[in-house]
Amino acid sequence: MQHTIPNDAISRALPKSPTGIQGLDEITNGGLPKGRATLVCGGAGSGKTLLATSFLINGAQHFGEPGVLVTFEENGDELAGDVASLGFDLPGLIEQGKLFIDYVRIDRSEIEETGEYDLEGLFVRLDHAIRSTGARRIVLDTIESLFSGLDNANILRAELRRLFRWLKDKGITAVITAERGEGTLTRQGLEEYVSDAVILLDHRVTEQVSTRRLRVVKYRGSHHGTNEYPFLIDRHGLSVLPVTSLGLTHHASTERLSSGVRELDGMLGGQGYFRGSTVLVSGTAGTGKTSLTAHFTDAACRRGERVLYFLFEESPLQLMRNMRSIGIDLKPWIDKGLLHFQAERPSNAGLESHLALMYQNVRDFKPSVTIVDALTNLLTVGTANDVRAMLMRVIDYLKVNEVTGFFTSLTPGKFESEETEAGVSSLMDTWIVLTIQEVDRQRRREIRVLKSRGMAHSNRVHEFELTDHGLRLLSDPGRGIRATGGG
Amino acid sequence: MQQTFPAEAATDMGNFVLRLYVAGQTPKCMRAFSNLKRICEQYLTNRYQIEMIDLLGNPALARGDQILAVPTLVRRMPEPVKKIIGDLSNTQRVLAGLDLSIEIA
Repeated sequence: MQHTIPNDAISRALPKSPTGIQGLDEITNGGLPKGRATLVCGGAGSGKTLLATSFLINGAQHFGEPGVLVTFEENGDELAGDVASLGFDLPGLIEQGKLFIDYVRIDRSEIEETGEYDLEGLFVRLDHAIRSTGARRIVLDTIESLFSGLDNANILRAELRRLFRWLKDKGITAVITAERGEGTLTRQGLEEYVSDAVILLDHRVTEQVSTRRLRVVKYRGSHHGTNEYPFLIDRHGLSVLPVTSLGLTHHASTERLSSGVRELDGMLGGQGYFRGSTVLVSGTAGTGKTSLTAHFTDAACRRGERVLYFLFEESPLQLMRNMRSIGIDLKPWIDKGLLHFQAERPSNAGLESHLALMYQNVRDFKPSVTIVDALTNLLTVGTANDVRAMLMRVIDYLKVNEVTGFFTSLTPGKFESEETEAGVSSLMDTWIVLTIQEVDRQRRREIRVLKSRGMAHSNRVHEFELTDHGLRLLSDPGRGIRATGGG
Repeated sequence: MQQTFPAEAATDMGNFVLRLYVAGQTPKCMRAFSNLKRICEQYLTNRYQIEMIDLLGNPALARGDQILAVPTLVRRMPEPVKKIIGDLSNTQRVLAGLDLSIEIA
């Protein structure tokens, strides 16, 4: 449901309660609707409880809003343990009076129903919990369980309706979790009662690859991102990866970074790549992509900068051994903590998970250079379009954080094929192509800068060699420099 | 408000220790109490003790016995604990809930 009212106007009008969950506040323009109820639905194990409890705990811990957790789940006792494993100090918050947990249990086998009743007992419990903590947030997880504990669905529905109205009157921000139903958002049709905001969580496993997604189905009176956003559950808890629609407003640095190869810097206007830009190195197998990457890595570490290296094809040890043969030793940089390899088989995770892992590693390691070697490995877990969409998000994220992105791409077949990389290359500021030509029964390595936005660069094909002192150009790199801003 | 009926506590084996949770003096709750009293007088003469707990005055007590619905009758003794929710208007079901139907038949 999209509205035409300007985004800013609405955001001001509708107070929000921040979730403190990375990414979710971005998608919702500030959080959940304050003083209202949000329905979080999804299948078993989709992360509903974690989302709800994170909202509550973050509120108590960071936003000065005490909270009440009412859990209707049979395994409510395990909750504290689960949450503690994510670094939340539940007992501490309870002790400080910032959090109150009420475990509601209905054992059907010991209950007989006869005649009229209402759920005033539940109201009394909630009211008591809210008063004793001065709660501004409440989570009901998963109130639908009542339907399996009590027979009279009519009473239950009427009471739930009353409950949600009561919570609203109290001005408390509520999160209600519910199981996904067949063809409906929730099994018991709770969306009929809780209609201010609805968040849908999804956990799919396709070809043994697990992907979690979040979608804001509805958000009354507020602009919100309508896409499906991948999210991740890890030791940091839950984080949503928004598609940053940063447009092209990010800061463009004029600072230059050496490619690590003096002659290549010469081809790039004499100075190398722009900081915070994106570089693509493509070529067929064995053309020297990784060597060029290692040069750049080494140069960055020499400047004392941090490099995060995503490696999909070989092990870091193998790569380092190979690079030593051209005179580049990366080991000291690992020891100094400047270089971090994140080696992973591409098929170990779905694209979204790879994306999530990249975000996380960038967030945690805070590199100034991020390398993805090779981008094309990701094509084994997604289509070219998916990979491109994912790459766009990675690049957005890197650019916002002024991280230089360096990507390699394996060109299939013997011959260079500019079309193959066409989809990806438009996202790149600089594109370097490596080729091997057979001339007079000799293999000739060639390098050329196909484009480099915002700088004068050589338009010539240059021959190079891989020596035990690294990559060396055999011709004058300054030749063929032309001024161009094109890309 | 906590009231115990009858005044002399009956806690011997074979006696019924019952707790009726209410929330204020609503018609439903009053009905439940008079129904319970009637049933006990008829089937459990001198063998029962009723404690009435008004949750409005003792909200914290709702957690202990896991009370959600009001009124709720809890059979604390003999064990196991049983719960009957509603205004206790159906005597047969109340007796079944208290495991008394067999004794009577």
